[in-house]
Amino acid sequence: MSATTARSWFPAGPGAPAGRGAVGDRPQKWGHPVTYFVALLFIGVCIAPVLYIVLGGFRTNSQITTSPAGLPHPWVIGNYVDVLKSNRFWGEFANSLMVALASTLGIVVLGLMVSYAIARYDFRLKGAMYSLFAAGLMFPMVIAITPLYIVVKDLGLVDNLLGVIVPQIAFGLPTTVIILVPFLRAIPDEIEEAAAIDGASRLGFFVRMAVPLSLPGVVTVGILAFIGSWNNYVLPLYILNSQANFTLPLGVQAFSSQYSTDTAKVLAFTSLAMLPALVFFSVFEKRIVGGLTGAVKG
Amino acid sequence: MSDTLGTDAAVGRQSRVTAGARGAAKLPAPPRATARRRARVRLRLEIALLSAPAILMFLAFVIFPVALAAYYGFYRWHGYGAPTDWVGLGNYRLILTDPAFQQVLKHSFMIMGLSLVIQGPLAIGLALLLNQKIRGRSAIRVLIFVPYIISEVIVGTGWSLMAQSDGAINDLLRHIGLGALQADWLSDPKLAIWTLMAIISWKYIGFAVILMLAGLQSIPQELFEAAAIDGASYWQIQRRITLPLLGPTIRIWAFLSIIGSLQLFDLVYIIWGQYVSGTAGTSTMAIYMVAQGRNAGNYGYGSAIAVVMFLISLVVALVYQRFVLRRDLRGAVAEGAVR
Repeated sequence: MSATTARSWFPAGPGAPAGRGAVGDRPQKWGHPVTYFVALLFIGVCIAPVLYIVLGGFRTNSQITTSPAGLPHPWVIGNYVDVLKSNRFWGEFANSLMVALASTLGIVVLGLMVSYAIARYDFRLKGAMYSLFAAGLMFPMVIAITPLYIVVKDLGLVDNLLGVIVPQIAFGLPTTVIILVPFLRAIPDEIEEAAAIDGASRLGFFVRMAVPLSLPGVVTVGILAFIGSWNNYVLPLYILNSQANFTLPLGVQAFSSQYSTDTAKVLAFTSLAMLPALVFFSVFEKRIVGGLTGAVKG
Repeated sequence: MSDTLGTDAAVGRQSRVTAGARGAAKLPAPPRATARRRARVRLRLEIALLSAPAILMFLAFVIFPVALAAYYGFYRWHGYGAPTDWVGLGNYRLILTDPAFQQVLKHSFMIMGLSLVIQGPLAIGLALLLNQKIRGRSAIRVLIFVPYIISEVIVGTGWSLMAQSDGAINDLLRHIGLGALQADWLSDPKLAIWTLMAIISWKYIGFAVILMLAGLQSIPQELFEAAAIDGASYWQIQRRITLPLLGPTIRIWAFLSIIGSLQLFDLVYIIWGQYVSGTAGTSTMAIYMVAQGRNAGNYGYGSAIAVVMFLISLVVALVYQRFVLRRDLRGAVAEGAVR
């Protein structure tokens, strides 16, 4: 019953993560060769530019100039070593990491709290609150960036990592709420009643039962928040001025304009900058894809 | 104490039943009024405690800046001190007659339309293909999602190196004997927007395919089997069963794509920059807004552009909701906007 309620609110449902496994469980047969050909072609198109960046970092500038599309010959690791030894890369890496972790924490904690209120309490403004966040999906940061910059400036947070973290939390909330509310709603009332009989308060139930029970949704939201923060460009562009405070996206851009003649090193810097998000993604791939599709599909 | 909790659970259950009608879950006058009232105060307190931080944060850093943009849009203001030079609708009048804005508006809508036309059919086709029983499906899903995960800055840096006139793309064309096709992909004004569309499609198609795949997998297998037994061909099944049932997914994807296209900023800013993108024919509304606001210091005019951008997105979203998404979304965005 609670599942139907969730569905009528929004076509989202934690049904997707659960349903996914069922299809994969069947023994698979080999399909048609054309299918494989097209699939491989598609993968090739998706991956080639990424490979270009990664492999380019293993080449020298003269290799890149004489044969821009060639493979490394011989392979050189000097570019990567240089970048990995530079304080600049690690400083920007640390900034990105700090911003991403703090934003993720804020988004998950605040998002869980408000989603729980929307999902499992009944009050007059509930619908309005949900609609507010749903409408917030339509405000990407770009639209509000100029006044946002002014607000951050008035708070004295320009060129301060907090000036990036705080707005990122606020802008991360809509997605979080939209994804988490159906998860929290789907927890059967019987469990809550049983917990109440065992003497758990509603807030106790929230912390000890609801959060663990909706963990798949929480993890999805956390990953999305982390990657969103890791990749964010426009807000740091406005807020952070000094290179010591740059996050990696700003760093990549500054590096590539500063060393525009040293293409190989730019490529090495760029591929190292994308590595963490890729690793993070491949570790949690199932969760991201499952959660995303659970949240958006109709 | 446990009595109170029991009552609350009952209130909760009651409310879940009537979740559709807001505020309808008022119970009849309680026999033990003080206990009830105390429970209700506690309930209110809990709701406030849980939702206040997020709501305040959201109002302060999302809603307030948007409102502030509307306010600054009425001033000629360069970002220092309080705005004093009230120009009323002057900025908006300027926008309506500004040929540069008409240019970027054209580009933005072109990008929006082309994204739908290019990515939609491609994504549906690829999803149908990948939804068959083939080996390595989960690996495929990871790999096609990679471009979506990488940041716009990295995509922009990589692609602008590849697409420059002495870059990898032209070199590759030369090597495979298509040297005649070499071109100045980034700065030729006739080509640049198509290069941009190629990059956009590359970056976002994986997301579309993943969505469509999930939509396909939620269609009950029995329908296909029943249709096959009734003698329907593969294409008939796709046309009569798959596509209609995939409708909600397609409509949601299109909505996300439209909103995303109208706000496009990072990729263009990284690859072309604010000045070149104008002459290369790729600048978007957001690029123009940043160029006017932050970089030229016309914060009032920049804010007015932001408001126009917001209104365009809102109108498009509402129209789309009203006529396309109505059955899928039950007006979540529309309600929020009206209130």
